[in-house]
Amino acid sequence: MLYDTLIAPFADFEFMRRALVGTFALAFGAGPIGVFLMLRRMSLIGDAMSHAILPGAAIGFMLAGLSLTAMAGGGLIAGFVIAVGAGLISRATELKEDASLAAFFLISLALGVTIVSLKGTNVDLLHFLFGSVLAVDDPTLILIVSISTVSLIVLALIWRPLVLECVDPGFLRSVSRAGGPAHIAFLALVVMNLVGGFQALGTLLAVGIMMLPAVISRFWARDITAMIAVAVTCAAVSGYAGLVISYHANLPSGPTVILVAGVLYAVSVIIGPVGGLLWQALPQRHLEA
Amino acid sequence: MTAALQFRDLTLGYDRHPAVHHLDGAVASGALMAVVGPNGAGKSTLFKGIVGVLKPLAGHIDLCGVRVRDVAYLPQAAEIDRTFPISVYDMVAMGLWRKAGLFGGIGRAERETIHHAMMAVGLSGFEDRPIGTLSGGQMQRALFARLLLQDARVIVLDEPFNAIDAKTVADLVDLVGRWHGEKRTVIAALHDLDLVKAYFPETLLLAREPVAWGNTADVLTAENLLKARRMCEAFDEQAQACVVAA
Repeated sequence: MLYDTLIAPFADFEFMRRALVGTFALAFGAGPIGVFLMLRRMSLIGDAMSHAILPGAAIGFMLAGLSLTAMAGGGLIAGFVIAVGAGLISRATELKEDASLAAFFLISLALGVTIVSLKGTNVDLLHFLFGSVLAVDDPTLILIVSISTVSLIVLALIWRPLVLECVDPGFLRSVSRAGGPAHIAFLALVVMNLVGGFQALGTLLAVGIMMLPAVISRFWARDITAMIAVAVTCAAVSGYAGLVISYHANLPSGPTVILVAGVLYAVSVIIGPVGGLLWQALPQRHLEA
Repeated sequence: MTAALQFRDLTLGYDRHPAVHHLDGAVASGALMAVVGPNGAGKSTLFKGIVGVLKPLAGHIDLCGVRVRDVAYLPQAAEIDRTFPISVYDMVAMGLWRKAGLFGGIGRAERETIHHAMMAVGLSGFEDRPIGTLSGGQMQRALFARLLLQDARVIVLDEPFNAIDAKTVADLVDLVGRWHGEKRTVIAALHDLDLVKAYFPETLLLAREPVAWGNTADVLTAENLLKARRMCEAFDEQAQACVVAA
């Protein structure tokens, strides 16, 4: 009975296994990145970036049709141009990063919509752009897993400057020049993870699995390392539970995964040990001085 | 006397308006110097110039062989995100950056140094606390511990004792005295003239233009202080290009 509910869907169907591996890989890559985005007060950047990727994917589609390589490549290039351009402009001028990203992503989105409409509406294209977790094929799976692997390695390499730039950017500037390159590398990781998730699992899932677990982790841990562990676990659990529920209840799988994360979020807001609402509401005697 | 810092007809400012105007002189190696002046006198601007955050409008600063990265700098309002989930220990440990860099390990010897630095500023027992739980004075102590670990030849402190209680000031001034004893060059912007007279042998009185520079007792005279106070803070929007010959 338990086997039928929890394991059989994956044992019986290959597409379920692929979807599970895909979401797990995404959890490992996107989870830590989401935590850093949140701590840098850039929680909505993922959303903006996912729009910014559109013209690149559209140009790839125009040149090569429905090809994963062309569209992912186009998306990556567009995302890098925008992330790096916005990052450089915010470093060189008075503009804050979110403002310069907003400018870039709006221009990019307008360009993307124009390009897509030039080609005429195409349901295939939209389906491809917004992906489906149950239609993950081998090349896509390899893409996602590679992106996660690269993400984890790069994060390990830029860990110190990245943390330090969040805590005390002035100090980092005074001791090292690593801040700029680390920042750009981080933005590149954001783009890569979005493109991976975007092509394979759809925008909603890509951004959702990046940010929701990160936000949840804030309620369970006080230390960044622990927060990342919580975020990755949350993302993986949401992925697994979402797929199982969507399979049995015949729901669309991408949104179900995110809804499971949403439920985890709601639970965390209430009972999370770090600042959860329940603990604030409970009358507790203050401690001795 | 060897110099640690040399200012040559230095002008620093914003949007071409000078905030430090035609400063000439040298800071001796091992000096313990206070920079005094009213708000807007250019103290912070001068420090930003020294650590290379601000490019001079004219003239230049000679660091006399010390690399900018080896100058330890405590800004007036450090841009620290105090909500970031990191422990006091980890924040103090950042002072070891020059030694550990991107990947260098923090071994037993380093842990020992960090422990000593935290003890020196009276923060033993605070290792695991998140930085968000520190009071203003405790945060300043932690930043001094980080400065200790930086082990720099030149230390620049921008108003380090603002909004800090007497006990903490006394403890931190002791550390400054220790650095002076170790022949490090220490420059600090201060407002408490009694503190300056008690601990700092040399003073630069700044009011955009240098008003006086030398022995603290000679510099902090009533006459000089009055002169400094008369400085006009506002930029002249119609200012013409400065033509003082270098």
